[in-house]
Amino acid sequence: MQVKTPDRETVEPLVRTERRQRRLWHSRTLQGLGYATPTAVFVAVLFVLPLLLVGQMSLHDWPLLAGDQGANTPENYTDVTDSTLFWPAVRFTLLYTGIVTVVLLGLALLLALLVQESRPGTGFFRTVYFLPGALGLASASLLFWGMYSPTTGPLSRPLEELGLVDGPVSFLGTPTSALLSTVFLVVWKFAGFYMLILLVGLQRIPHELYEAARMDGAGRGQIFRSITLPLLRPSLALSLLLCVTGSLLAFDQFFVLTKGGPDNSTVTVVQLIYREAFQRLDLGTAAALSILVLAALLLLNALQFRGLRHADES
Amino acid sequence: MKGDHAVRTRALGQTPYYVVASGLAVIFLFPLLWNTWASVSAQPGTAQESGYGFGNYRTLLDYDAGLWRYLLNSTVVSALTVALTVGVSLLGGYAFARFSFPGKNLLFLLTLAILMVPYATLLIPLYVLLGRLHLQNSLLGLSLVLAMFQLPFATFMMRISFEAVPRELEESALVDGCGTAGALRRVLIPAVRPGVITVGLFAFLAAWNDFIAPLILISDSEKAPLPLAVANLRQQSMGAVDYGATEAGVVVLAVPCLLVFLLLQRHYVRGFMSGALKG
Repeated sequence: MQVKTPDRETVEPLVRTERRQRRLWHSRTLQGLGYATPTAVFVAVLFVLPLLLVGQMSLHDWPLLAGDQGANTPENYTDVTDSTLFWPAVRFTLLYTGIVTVVLLGLALLLALLVQESRPGTGFFRTVYFLPGALGLASASLLFWGMYSPTTGPLSRPLEELGLVDGPVSFLGTPTSALLSTVFLVVWKFAGFYMLILLVGLQRIPHELYEAARMDGAGRGQIFRSITLPLLRPSLALSLLLCVTGSLLAFDQFFVLTKGGPDNSTVTVVQLIYREAFQRLDLGTAAALSILVLAALLLLNALQFRGLRHADES
Repeated sequence: MKGDHAVRTRALGQTPYYVVASGLAVIFLFPLLWNTWASVSAQPGTAQESGYGFGNYRTLLDYDAGLWRYLLNSTVVSALTVALTVGVSLLGGYAFARFSFPGKNLLFLLTLAILMVPYATLLIPLYVLLGRLHLQNSLLGLSLVLAMFQLPFATFMMRISFEAVPRELEESALVDGCGTAGALRRVLIPAVRPGVITVGLFAFLAAWNDFIAPLILISDSEKAPLPLAVANLRQQSMGAVDYGATEAGVVVLAVPCLLVFLLLQRHYVRGFMSGALKG
């Protein structure tokens, strides 16, 4: 009996393909690494490294001009909390965030509901409401700085002539008016942006649901409460997250419009970071404040995430 | 008859909608229109004391390093930021969508984590770090930082764009003897072009408009991008504020953004639809 041993001719190609496949796999891994390298370099040098550095800076005495002067832990952190501006800035930032979030998301929801059905002209309205969103926040703030001028702005004179106020209106002159004027600017600038997010959410709700509810004799309010709002929750949650985060980090609008005034009444936390670093020339304290802001935001995100998951389960 | 009646009540039913929508449109457009009008009309204390004209724009041309210089700075920063963002996220998106390699998930998560860290937290150490790299006060350094902040959105967007391309398309190119680089260049880039435009558009708007990054990273007024220059212009003349020149500056700042947005609106909206904003 002859046992047929596999001869060289049939074995070798098999081995060769396997080897080739392994080499191919190797080369694909290497190529993947190659394509990802620019991303890795960016993330490592411009994100991870600064993150480590800001931690180190917050523990060191670090004047702007002289650079690292060695550890002084935890002086930078106590300097932050001892600063007379710190707690007022925290309170003001929270107040501003609260007001902006309620007004902005409320208006954005109304706008989204208004333009959700397509009728003639709807596209035009959507574009117009979004238009301020294409501007930069600093540009928009400069624009409103001109609008709020008591002498050359377009708002003060008509109010005077209508007899609603006596004398020029100082839109940025008192703490309350400065806050409300800034809120108005921010709402104008961002309402269309959040409208767009909510519009995407509204359009994902299947039409059949509305029709079925209408067949069952549900009223408009009822449909809104039991269909629109619950199904819009992911978009609302995303808007809330972006709006709260953005407002807590407010800087441009106050820097341009109020410069933190009058009497430091509109200084936000991020403005405080800037002042510590570039007016008091103390990078160490600015770094400590940056770390505190980071910690607060991470905590907030974790809480919001948890709240959302909770709501999903119930 | 009945149908006619229905049409008429429907039209009547729509009237409140058009009244409210138009009223809101006026409110949203008014600041833009007023600012443009004010920039060319007469105001005391500006270069345009009487009549209509471009006096305020002339002030802007002569201000400090001059409008052209600032426009050039802004253009360089925007172009570099768009090029860096598109380049890095195109290659990165391809890697994340089509290859497996050690550390892939970690790198992707780290890239998205940029979103979790506030802008201001990173700018203080970046100021020190760019100084060490001799990139402080440089438009390239500023563009690198702006591109880094764009990476989470851009990488996510490019990854899902590549994932949406059928694998067969790439495989047939590979069988035809293209390497992965050839397949990327000849087949994949045309297929993901809409994603590239969206990423580029967001990067442009962010770079053109950014204020706090140049405020911290650029100390030389010759190198200031336009938003910073216009903001500085206000503080220039002691006491007397030149509202006219500021209004002209806002027009110069706004026009490119509005034009680009109106032309590429479709691509902008895609950024929202993709869910990439969710990070």
